[in-house]
Amino acid sequence: MKLNINGRVRELDVEPEMPLLWALRDVLDMKGTKFGCGIAQCGACTVHINGEPVRSCSFPVSAAVGQQVTTIEGISRNSSHPIQVAWVEHQVPQCGYCQSGQIMAAVALLRKKPKPTDADIDSAMTNICRCGTYARIRTAIHAAANGNVGVKKA
Amino acid sequence: MKNTSFKKARREFLVTTAGAGGGLALGFHLPSAFAQKTGTVEKADVNIWVAVNSDDTVVIKYARSEMGQGSMTSAPQLIAEELDADWKKVQIEYADTNQHVRMKRAWGNMASVGSQTIRTSQDYMRKAGASARAMLVAAAANEWKVPAAEITVSNGIIMHAGSKKRTTFGKMASAASKLGAPKEVVLKDSKDWKIAGKSMRRIDIPASTNGTQRYGVDTQLPGMVYAAINASPVFGGKVKSFDDSRVKSRRGIIKVLSIDGNAVVVVADNYWRAKEALKDVPVEWDVGANGNVSSASILEFFKEGLKMPDVPVLPNKKGDIDQAFAGATKVLEAEFVTPYLCHAPMEPMGATVHIQEGRVDAWASTQNGEAQLAGVANALGVPPESVYFHKTQAGGGFGRRSGPDFIRQAALIAKALPAGTPVKMLWTREEDTQHDFYRPHAMYKLKAGIDASGMPVGWYTRIASGSLFNQFAGLPLKDGIDGPATEGFAEFPYEVPNQKHEYVQRRTHVPIGFWRTVGWSQTPFAREQFVDELAQATGKDTYEYRRELLKNEKRPLGILNAVAKAAGWGKPLPAGVFRGIATTEPYGSFTAAVVEISVDNAGAIKIHRVVQAIDCGYVVNPDNIVAQLQGSTAFALTAAMWGEITIKDGRVEQTNFDTYRMLRMREMPKVEVVLAPTGGFWGGVGEPGQAPFIPALCNAIFAATGKRVRSLPLKNQGFTLA
Repeated sequence: MKLNINGRVRELDVEPEMPLLWALRDVLDMKGTKFGCGIAQCGACTVHINGEPVRSCSFPVSAAVGQQVTTIEGISRNSSHPIQVAWVEHQVPQCGYCQSGQIMAAVALLRKKPKPTDADIDSAMTNICRCGTYARIRTAIHAAANGNVGVKKA
Repeated sequence: MKNTSFKKARREFLVTTAGAGGGLALGFHLPSAFAQKTGTVEKADVNIWVAVNSDDTVVIKYARSEMGQGSMTSAPQLIAEELDADWKKVQIEYADTNQHVRMKRAWGNMASVGSQTIRTSQDYMRKAGASARAMLVAAAANEWKVPAAEITVSNGIIMHAGSKKRTTFGKMASAASKLGAPKEVVLKDSKDWKIAGKSMRRIDIPASTNGTQRYGVDTQLPGMVYAAINASPVFGGKVKSFDDSRVKSRRGIIKVLSIDGNAVVVVADNYWRAKEALKDVPVEWDVGANGNVSSASILEFFKEGLKMPDVPVLPNKKGDIDQAFAGATKVLEAEFVTPYLCHAPMEPMGATVHIQEGRVDAWASTQNGEAQLAGVANALGVPPESVYFHKTQAGGGFGRRSGPDFIRQAALIAKALPAGTPVKMLWTREEDTQHDFYRPHAMYKLKAGIDASGMPVGWYTRIASGSLFNQFAGLPLKDGIDGPATEGFAEFPYEVPNQKHEYVQRRTHVPIGFWRTVGWSQTPFAREQFVDELAQATGKDTYEYRRELLKNEKRPLGILNAVAKAAGWGKPLPAGVFRGIATTEPYGSFTAAVVEISVDNAGAIKIHRVVQAIDCGYVVNPDNIVAQLQGSTAFALTAAMWGEITIKDGRVEQTNFDTYRMLRMREMPKVEVVLAPTGGFWGGVGEPGQAPFIPALCNAIFAATGKRVRSLPLKNQGFTLA
C-alpha cells in the first residue's frame, strides 16, 4: 500500500490491520512518534490525518491510505513551528517522551482555534505527561497563539 | 575523589586508549565525526571530565543518566563554572560505560537515584573543572614564560594582562593534556558563579520537540529483530508449558521461546507481529502458593507487623516513652496505610542487545549504566570489559530503571538467536504495569502523649513495610532496619523529649524497589498528619504548633516559615476554601508545602493553590528546580488521588492507563515555587517536592471536611478531583 507521509509517498507491504504507529516506527524507521500505551489512552503516538489529531497506536495503517499523514518530523523545517519554538523557550519537556504527541495535539488545536482559551486547552490536550509538564504546556500554547515566541533568548 | 586519583585515572585512560589502538599520540585522537567535518579539528582530553577541541568547543562528560530531571545540564554547569568556559561552546556527552569499567569506575557513581547527582558528585566534578582550568593556564604560562598566578581566564579565553597576551582553550588544550593535574585546587564561592546558579536551557530539550530525541526503545540496527515478552503474571511463577502451534507459521515470526523459566517470548521481524502473536501463545504457569496471595491477605500480614513484640528500634530513641505516656494529659493514637504503586514512565521497559565475537553492545533507557552493563555481563557470562552499554535519554524513570531485570531478558533472547543477530525487546504497557518493582506498601502506627501545655512529651512510631534495600538490592538489613522505609522518622526533626521509632520488615512476594521519593512519599503522610492531629487536639494553629516543635531546627524551621510567608498563612481565605501545611527533610534538602482547597458535598476536591518551598543549599539551575517541584506535585497528586496497585490471585490487577489513572492537563493545579537556599550544604531537587505535598493536601482535607485521611488513595475515601 501507498501512504502519503509528510508530503512524501511511501510504499509499504504490511498487514492492513497493523496500527499506523508500528508502520511508522518499525517499517519506515520514523522514531519521533512514540509508543506509550497501545490503547489510545496516553496520546504519545499522536499524528495528524488530514490535520486532525489521531492516536496512531489504534489506527489501522490501511485507513491512512489516500490521506495526508503528518508526523512530528513533518510539522516544520528546522523546528520552526511556533509551538516548537515556544516549547523550547518555556522549557516545557522533562523526559520528553510524550512531547511529540503533546506537540501534535497542540499544533492541531491552534489550527482549529488560533487563540485557544484555557478551557479549549483543557479539552483538546488530553495526552498524558508523567513528568507533569502540563502548566508549561499551557503557557507555551498561549505564547505560540499570541505570537509571543522567538523573542526570548537563553 | 582527590586530585591525585585524577592523575591515576587519566594515566589509566591513556593506557586504555593506546591499548585499543585509537590513540594517535598521548591522549589524542581524531574523532571521526569532526575529522570528516573539518579534517583538522583535534580533540584533547584535559582530564576524564573535560576535553577541548582545537575549534575551542569544550566537551564535558556527564556520568549519570538523563530522564527529565535535568542533571545532564546542571551537573556540567558546575564543571563549566570552575573551568571558566564559554557555555555557548560547551557540548555534553555521556561518559562511556565500558571505559568506566576498564578505568576502575573513574567517573564515580553512575546512578541517577535518590536525587543525588549534584549533591554526591558536586565536589569531584567542580574539582575536575578547576583542575582542567589550572592545566590550561599552566600550558599558557609555560608558553608565555609568565607566572601562572598572573593569568586570568574568562569565557574560554586565557589572558595575561602584563604582556597583553591572550589565547584560547582550543590552542592550549594539546599542551595542557600532557601536563600533570595540580595537587590542589581552590573552588569558587557561589556568589562568584556566572554559569552555575543560572537558568541555562536544558541541552536535551530541542531534540524533544522535533522527533529527533532517541530513547532506548528507538534503537534501530541493521538486521535487527523484535521481541515481545510475557512473564509470569504471578511473581515467582514458572513456565510449565506453552503452545506456539497457532503462530509458528505466521508472517514474520522467527522464534518462540522461554527464558529464565519464567517468561515466554515471541521474536519477529516487526514488534507488532511479535506482540500480536504472543497473545495467541497459551502458557501454562506454575504459580505455587503465591497464587493465593491477595491485597487483603497482605494487609493482614502488615497489621500483624504493627502488633509484633520486640522489633528493631531506630537509634534515635530518647528518654522513656512509657513513662511519658503515663504522665501525659492526653494520649492520641492513629494508624495510616499507604499502597503499592507502580512507576508508569511514559516509555515502557525495553532493551536492545547485539552479541558479536568478543563484544556485546546493549542499549536501554536506564538510571544506572553500570547496573545495566553488569546485568548484560551476568546474563551472558561474559567479562564486563567486553560489554558496551550505550546510554540514551530515558523516557521517565522515577526509580524503575535502576535495576537490570529487563536488559537481562533482552540479553538472554539475543543469546538464543543465531549468532550476531541484534534484538530489541519491548514491553507492552500491560507488561510494564504488572512487572514492576513497586513503591513499597506500608502501615504506620503512631502514638503521642501531650502535656498540659499541649506540647508532646512522648512520641512512638511503628513502621511495618517492605525493605527495598533487602528485597530489591539484596543487601542485609543493618540491625534489622531499612533506610528508605524509615525516612522521616530516623532523623525525627520535632523536639519531643521521649521518643521511640520502630521498624518491622514485611516481605511479600510482590517485588519492591526505588520509586520517586520512595520512603518520603509515604512517611510524611503519617507523620505530618499526626502533627496536625496533635495541634487540633490542643486547639493550636498547626503552623504555629510546628514552629514551636522546630524552634531549635534552623533549616526545617526556615523552610516552614518560607512557605507560610509565601502562602500568606493566617490571612483570611475566601469562603469555603481551606488550607493545609506540611514540612519535610528529604534527600539532603528541606521542603514544605501549603495547599488550598475546597471540597463540595459530593467529595470533589478543587485545588485553588499550591505553594512549594525548597531549601536545597545551593541552587545550580533555578528554572530546572522549579520544573522539578511542578513535576513532583503532579506525581504526588496522581498518587494521592488514584495511585494503587492491588493484588488478586497473586497478580497485579491493574493493566494500563485505563486502570492505573494518571493526572491530566485539566487537573493540574498551578504550583508556586519558592526557592529559599541557605547555602553551606548540597541537597537534592528531583524528589523532595513530593514529600510535603500529600500530607499538606490531606491536612487541607481535614480542615475542609473534618475527615482525617488514614489510607490512600483518596478515590477509596470518597473523594474525586474536580
